[in-house]
Amino acid sequence: MAAPPRHATMLSISNGDKPAQTQAQSQQGTLPQSPGLRVPSNRKTIYDRHLNRSRNAESSRASFAFLFGEMVTYAQRRVTGIQDLEKRLNEQGYPLGLRLLDLLFYRSTSTSSSALSSSSTSSSPPNRPLRIITLLHLIHGPLWRLLFGRAADALEHSVSPDTPNEYMITDNDPLVNTYISVPREMSMLNCAAFVAGIIEGVCDGCGFETKVSAHNQPTDLWPSRTVFLVRFGDAVMEREKVLERSGVK
Amino acid sequence: MYNLEFENTIMFLNYTIALSDLGTLSNMGVFSLIIINKAGGLIYQREFQAGLRKLSTNDYLVLAGTFHGVHAITRSITPKIPSVQPPSPATSSPSTTTPAASHSYPNPGVPVTGLDYLETDKFRLTCFQTLTGTKFLLFTDPLTGNVDTIVQKIYELYADFVMKNPFYQIEMPVRCEAFDRHLGAWLRGRT
Repeated sequence: MAAPPRHATMLSISNGDKPAQTQAQSQQGTLPQSPGLRVPSNRKTIYDRHLNRSRNAESSRASFAFLFGEMVTYAQRRVTGIQDLEKRLNEQGYPLGLRLLDLLFYRSTSTSSSALSSSSTSSSPPNRPLRIITLLHLIHGPLWRLLFGRAADALEHSVSPDTPNEYMITDNDPLVNTYISVPREMSMLNCAAFVAGIIEGVCDGCGFETKVSAHNQPTDLWPSRTVFLVRFGDAVMEREKVLERSGVK
Repeated sequence: MYNLEFENTIMFLNYTIALSDLGTLSNMGVFSLIIINKAGGLIYQREFQAGLRKLSTNDYLVLAGTFHGVHAITRSITPKIPSVQPPSPATSSPSTTTPAASHSYPNPGVPVTGLDYLETDKFRLTCFQTLTGTKFLLFTDPLTGNVDTIVQKIYELYADFVMKNPFYQIEMPVRCEAFDRHLGAWLRGRT
């Protein structure tokens, strides 16, 4: 998330005598020279495309692996420890989760209610989850399918009575960890902390205050099995009780 | 048709007899793998069969360095042959023939490689060099077929599980648990 501030400083440096606004406008007139955003010759940026255009498109697994590898390397710079590294990966995923949530809702409503879209009153009910279980099912199913092309492998509630606010989402073979071998001295590290950040962003976007962390739970069959521990805040649990009493689904 | 199959069986029998000389009847005959970086340093060494004679770590480093040198020498002694000057069209001056172009490799389209394989009675050493200069040395049984396929697959696994691993430092020894795991599983799956 370094791009917007950098852009801002560049603008403030470059406005020597003109006010910033006219500077920006004159730059828009001659877009090819602007150093930040590159616009194709036909002026169609990624923002001009329809959101559903890339719905069934798939991106290359290898290029994602290289990109994610670089993200891990980037996060590793000037890092103080494993927890700090995981925190940084988490922070990289968080804004992605916030945005993915909107995309997910947009796509799910536009497909499920495409026939009803003419009349706004009869269109599908608001599908923003209000209860914890619906939210977790949204993450376990549609979000996972959007990101990885398949549902997550398990969704569990903590059995301990002390921690009723803990839920676990299990992925037997996280896509982000496919090509990553963590060195032995960092064995606690799980790079799926990035995915944990995405989950956290999705939960926060829905109004559920959450902390999500990724943990290694290898089995013989699944050496990179990962458990995402979702811990909801006290306010969320309180609201959950109220909603349960009033029978909100 | 039947006759042909029968012949194959005979040949197979011969193979097993030859193999049993080695003491261990190898399933597919991949003995060990060595990976050498482009500077000639040993970055990976692994054995796939029990009962192989072990070298000390230092000896493996020497072996890697020596092979690297020998490979470079074999590449540089690739003979060139005097190229037949094509009769140039009359428009250009025929007297200026560049001396550099007078010798060329027999097959100019193919890049010059060094030592490709080395064979003894008991094993065959196949060397595969990537475009970036990393060398894969595969020790197999001399009777193992399809070594090129095996080497290609190992290269693929290397590209996947070593080069895409953010914790791997380039040119340094390979310590990637996923690479070990997939390599072992794939070689076992082939038997």
